[in-house]
Amino acid sequence: MRVKCTVNGEKHEIDDVWEGESLLYALRERMGLPGSKNACEQGECGSCTVYLDQTPVCACLVAAGQAQDRDIVTVEGLAGEEKLHPVQQAFLEAGAVQCGFCTPGLLVATHDLLEREEQPSDPEIREALAGNLCRCTGYEKILDAVKLAASRKAEAAT
Amino acid sequence: MNTPMTPSPARSDQRLDAPITGRGWSVRDSGRGSHPDTSQPIARTAGGGSRGPDDVDNTVTRTGLVKATSTRMDQSSHSGKVGESPLRPDGTLKVTGEFAYSSDMWLADMLWGATLRSPHPYACIRSVDLTEAVKLPGVYAVLTHEDVPGENLYGLEHADQPVLAVDVVRYQGEAVAIVAADHPETARRAVEKIVVDYEVLEPLVDPEVAAFGDMADDVPRLHPDGNKGGGPEGQGGGKNIVRHLPIRKGNPEATADVVVHGEYEVGMQDQAFLGPESGLAVPAEDGGVDLYIATQWLHVDQKQLCRVLGMPAAKVRLTLAGVGGAFGAREDLSMQAHACLLALHTGKPVKMSYSREESFFGHVHRHPAKMRYEHGANRDGKLVYVKAQIILDGGAYASSTPAVVANAATLGVGPYKVNNVAIDGYGVYTNNPPCGAMRGFGAVQAAFGYESQMDKLADALGMDPVELRIRNAMAEGISMPTGQVVDSAAPVAELLRRVAAMPLPPEPQQDSYDLRQLPGGVSNTTHGEGVRRGVGIAIGIKNVCFSEGFDDYSTAKVRLEVIGGESVAMVHTAAAEVGQGLVTVQAQIARTELGVERVTIHPIDTQIGSGGSTSASRQTYVTGGAVKAACEKVRGRVLKLAAERLGRPAAALRLDGDKVVSDADGVMAALVDVLHEDVVEETVKWRHRPTHPLDPETGQGNAHVQYAFAAHRAVVDVDVDLGLIRVVQLDCAQDVGKAMNPDAVVGQIHGGSAQGLGLAVMEEIQVTDGKVRNPSFTDYLIPTILDMPPMTVDVLELADPHAPYGLRGVGEPPTISSTPAIVAAIRAATGKDLTRVPVQPHHII
Ligand code: FES
Ligand code: FES
Repeated sequence: MRVKCTVNGEKHEIDDVWEGESLLYALRERMGLPGSKNACEQGECGSCTVYLDQTPVCACLVAAGQAQDRDIVTVEGLAGEEKLHPVQQAFLEAGAVQCGFCTPGLLVATHDLLEREEQPSDPEIREALAGNLCRCTGYEKILDAVKLAASRKAEAAT
Repeated sequence: MNTPMTPSPARSDQRLDAPITGRGWSVRDSGRGSHPDTSQPIARTAGGGSRGPDDVDNTVTRTGLVKATSTRMDQSSHSGKVGESPLRPDGTLKVTGEFAYSSDMWLADMLWGATLRSPHPYACIRSVDLTEAVKLPGVYAVLTHEDVPGENLYGLEHADQPVLAVDVVRYQGEAVAIVAADHPETARRAVEKIVVDYEVLEPLVDPEVAAFGDMADDVPRLHPDGNKGGGPEGQGGGKNIVRHLPIRKGNPEATADVVVHGEYEVGMQDQAFLGPESGLAVPAEDGGVDLYIATQWLHVDQKQLCRVLGMPAAKVRLTLAGVGGAFGAREDLSMQAHACLLALHTGKPVKMSYSREESFFGHVHRHPAKMRYEHGANRDGKLVYVKAQIILDGGAYASSTPAVVANAATLGVGPYKVNNVAIDGYGVYTNNPPCGAMRGFGAVQAAFGYESQMDKLADALGMDPVELRIRNAMAEGISMPTGQVVDSAAPVAELLRRVAAMPLPPEPQQDSYDLRQLPGGVSNTTHGEGVRRGVGIAIGIKNVCFSEGFDDYSTAKVRLEVIGGESVAMVHTAAAEVGQGLVTVQAQIARTELGVERVTIHPIDTQIGSGGSTSASRQTYVTGGAVKAACEKVRGRVLKLAAERLGRPAAALRLDGDKVVSDADGVMAALVDVLHEDVVEETVKWRHRPTHPLDPETGQGNAHVQYAFAAHRAVVDVDVDLGLIRVVQLDCAQDVGKAMNPDAVVGQIHGGSAQGLGLAVMEEIQVTDGKVRNPSFTDYLIPTILDMPPMTVDVLELADPHAPYGLRGVGEPPTISSTPAIVAAIRAATGKDLTRVPVQPHHII
């Protein structure tokens, strides 16, 4: 089948999509956007988190066909033309990135959290990121990164 | 072959002629990168991956590649010397999604590989029928062991594992046949169409029976054909023993006032890295193959592949692709040989990427252990003797079992001074999943045994467990159970004191609870009733680097030259960056030794000599040592040049701030003016001081290079009615000799502690009759951000005079002591014995 959708502000049209393909596969293997990661393909790890019409989803659990006429934002779409998004910058500076395989999903999840809640408490951060597995960092510096991003965003807003 | 995608380092500092799959990590970007060799296949990365006009032959891909990054690499413009914490040079690519992991490798005409695996833990193969699989449209190749041109065996220490099974399978998940097709789903369907006729055999799953069962008595010998079977004869006897290592020290008849016995078990833990086993094999025009791969040791992969493919090393070229975590699971081959076989057979690039389920069958795990300990002490708490038997289940193939046995046995009493020791370590073959390297291997299992014993002994003596440990703490100058005298800092007592003195979290308030902070969390299983708090402390010991006389070296090439009017250092090694930050540290060393700001890290590949394994907490030590040594040679030559040009003795000059400086007269010249057109390049093969084999009868010998220590204190809340556990706080004190990059050191301690927490309370591959019951992240649980408590980390820096910069390996120690500390805290909260990890609810209620 053919699927048309918008990804990171650009229109994509992909052909010969097999019904069983996930949005994650379509992004990674058909649209040249491998930033979203596949670490379980089961909705357990959050590495594939993308926005689908402004809602974060596990792209591995969305059929490619369901993306028809929808608007998708992936990790590749977070940064501006010139600068990293504050959430990306904070992950980098806080040391929240080791192997980085969890990072794309965590960035989208954190981006979403800070859209909803400007200054989340620690328990709120933990709850919001509970669906994103990281095997390298023990999460301490991820927590630091989220708080750093929140304070940067607050500074920028004032 | 279609024109491969090429990377275009539009903004990276990639100026090298090498393949760029793994990319060079530029520490400071000037925006002047020149084009790399465009004949190389490359990872397709969004953004920076493709900007050249002639490198994209696929419009869909091009659409995906439009979002180019024009200035992002500038984000990684950070200098930093040894002891500072500059940002990761690959960090910007990782946060923009552009970093090319092995599973992101892509070529327009590539095929997808898939593997048929045995459903049985032990069976004979009567026949394999490929007819239907081959017929499936889109299938390019279906291969079995008959298609292996070289030797059909591989293995880290003993080549005992078939690349593709011949007439027997020894574990569930053993590879039998491989397929290449034009779509991953087609490949999977073809795998399903292969018909294998198995004669199912009774699996041997009890490691004690495997080791000591009577061979005449129906116990099969899993590797009957001598060395092919793995264990060096003489060490394993005639049974399913890969290695038996006895350690004997002092008086075997020693007696003590107080004796405690214990039997302990450690379950099978998985490394559970997030980036699956994956890579891309590309057939080359010279008949060889180029493999882009996530691994821990390129050269040991290469060596094994050469044997399997029947090719010289020059034709089997490996480049490190981005690695999504490793933790030991990438020490053995997984899909490497399969992808190369398929690529060479079809003449097309072949990508393989395991699903999470397949990953559980595709790599070795942490050895499960059964341990019997006996500790004898005087009334004052002084240990008199330790006796132990440690049985490690290596599963179907040897992998690194011999080294795991050595660690468990030589470190089996822990970081304590004990004069009388009798330990027997065994590694055995069974039909369980193969086990090998995982962070802290051997030392992790033993630590759960000896630290549980120390608590039991403290209890029997009526002594404080920290006091008992301090009273027996080893220190510099003592003799280990192997007779090796410890010749650098061993601050065991100090680490215990520090971790014990850290502030405790506030007591839980029964009236103002937050569900999220109680055991069971938002499942709303308690409002505080039935919740008991416990505190536990533990300490562990780990050897750093490879032991027992292994020729453990690393190779580094360092080049200093003027590029675009700036002095630039380039560092090239084959040492695998797996997330730990070795690339950052290499650049820090070059900046420190050469006084330059700009450092480029060359892509990691087999074009240079081996960097050794990224394991045993050894890379900063050994590859760091090699980079330092190569820099020193380069510096010597540059200062000689400067001395000639400036008319000063070289000894009076040094390099700093991209300048040649004299202590007496300050800045003498810019480095660029001294170098001019000269390119100063040195390659060094660097070794740590030698180690020696252990006596096979007594386990005596100077087998280890360096010892490292970490201590943890855990605070837990346990719902004693439901058996639910919440770790409230987990604090760590560790000596690292020299914190080369303090932020990265702390990151290692956090991550290692989390894996120890996982082993303590949740992580286990459940194996019944040789079959894995939980090969998914739904059923194999690793800690989430809700499970990990806040940590306070205290880093000591007591220099080891034998090591570069005085550093001590960092990665493994925190994984070792966190598990027993958490279990001690659960015991304190519940009063239960808890002799097995992971602790499960039914152990508590
Ligand atoms: S890959 Fe989608 S949740 Fe793991
Ligand atoms: S940084 Fe490796 S999984 Fe999170």
